[in-house]
Amino acid sequence: MATKSEVSANPEATTAPLSLSKEEILRYSRHLIMPEVGMEGQLKLKQAKVLCIGTGGLGAPLGLYLAAAGVGRIGLVDFDTVDSSNLQRQILFGTKDVGRPKIAAAGDRLRDLNPDIQIDTFETHLSSENALDILKDYDIIVDGTDNFPTRYLVNDASVLLGKPNVYGSIFRFEGQVTVFGYPDGPCYRCLYPEPPPPGLVPSCAEGGVLGVLPGIVGSIQAAETLKLIIGVGEHLVGRLLLFDALAMRFRELKLRKNPDCPLCGKNPTITKLIDYAEFCGIRGEEAPAPQTYVPEITPRELKARLDRGDDLYILDVREPHEYQICNLGGHLIPLGDLSKRVNELDSSREIVAHCRSGKRSAEAVEFLQRAGFRKILNLKGGILAWSDDVDPSVPKY
Amino acid sequence: MAVKVIIPTPLRAYAGKQESVELQANNVAEALSGLTLRFGDLKKHLYSDDGKLRSFVNVYVNDEDIRYLQKDQTPLRDGDIVSIVPSIAGGVHR
Repeated sequence: MATKSEVSANPEATTAPLSLSKEEILRYSRHLIMPEVGMEGQLKLKQAKVLCIGTGGLGAPLGLYLAAAGVGRIGLVDFDTVDSSNLQRQILFGTKDVGRPKIAAAGDRLRDLNPDIQIDTFETHLSSENALDILKDYDIIVDGTDNFPTRYLVNDASVLLGKPNVYGSIFRFEGQVTVFGYPDGPCYRCLYPEPPPPGLVPSCAEGGVLGVLPGIVGSIQAAETLKLIIGVGEHLVGRLLLFDALAMRFRELKLRKNPDCPLCGKNPTITKLIDYAEFCGIRGEEAPAPQTYVPEITPRELKARLDRGDDLYILDVREPHEYQICNLGGHLIPLGDLSKRVNELDSSREIVAHCRSGKRSAEAVEFLQRAGFRKILNLKGGILAWSDDVDPSVPKY
Repeated sequence: MAVKVIIPTPLRAYAGKQESVELQANNVAEALSGLTLRFGDLKKHLYSDDGKLRSFVNVYVNDEDIRYLQKDQTPLRDGDIVSIVPSIAGGVHR
């Protein structure tokens, strides 16, 4: 259920939307003295309504800069709670917020930053059922989500409602930014008609993100949003901005509206919201690999057997940088190197493979079974479960 | 034609961790097959089982999408930059 709370600390400001109070003039003076913004632009900002979907890495700088700039009404959508692993990049939150709903912590922070604006909070999963209803009251939608189903949902809902969608996405140290859903401009489906099948989405061995990257990408989204509201400058409509923080390089590619786009093309076949989990999962899925039986051992069983003195060979299939975070003293062969280094293993010994959560090591066990290994077990739940069930001194990451 | 193929971050793991690869190719199809010949693991990330370029992977020659040029038959000139641009959602594993 969407929960909504509205706060407007300065009733004077809302009853006279076409002027700025003395306090506001001082607050926004660095905008007002620039001709590109000026009083006219600042009043446009004050009347603007922007919906930020996601209050995480991208949503943090976005929300902060939009609130600071005086965007009159900001909607926030998130369902998550603040976790300490968020703080490396989600600068809306502090250590005291760990465990709180993101929406509550974000609302407090933005209201503290700017008490003159209205913050609407939606503590909910954006879904096909609620998206149109939530989006319809806003002028501009900003996509700061982190998964394909929600990205297609945000795109489709924005196009169906005729609203611009300021898009940003990140991976490790690379970001993409553009503006979709503009009249005559392309949409996300023009760029990518379909999502990757789940099996090809990067696994946790390839995950992670440089903390400052969403700060940069989210700030660019904020800049585009403010420009769209004020009506100045060149927008990223029809341009895909690529940013590589490692090379510290920006590149720009042309984006075209696809005349055959099923959503915004000449003969659209998508005229209402669909089931996005299905679209990104079942439909996008390749023929699934035959599920072979992966023999498992629980952390507690492994501990008991090691204590008993059983001869078990621990194989760690994570990456070297993960091994440095914590390890069980196993022999390290990253999953990607296993086929080349399989000769390092003795098939006559009983092997227990593990990774962080048990997924990569399950692949390793399948591979080794096909390679003729018979005495091989997967540590169920990986090093995370080991930390939970056997040795809490092993850090989780 | 000597061209440079820029490998995006998510695919670098399958391309010897390189940011870009220089190779000889007369068109986009040749450039991509040269690339997958050198890095076999890339193939399943670029092509579906029926041999078509995946719909979540776009290929650009300089700043233009090959879907609006001559697709994989788009000719290449010396110094052209071929970019592979996959969709990224922004997921950070938990």
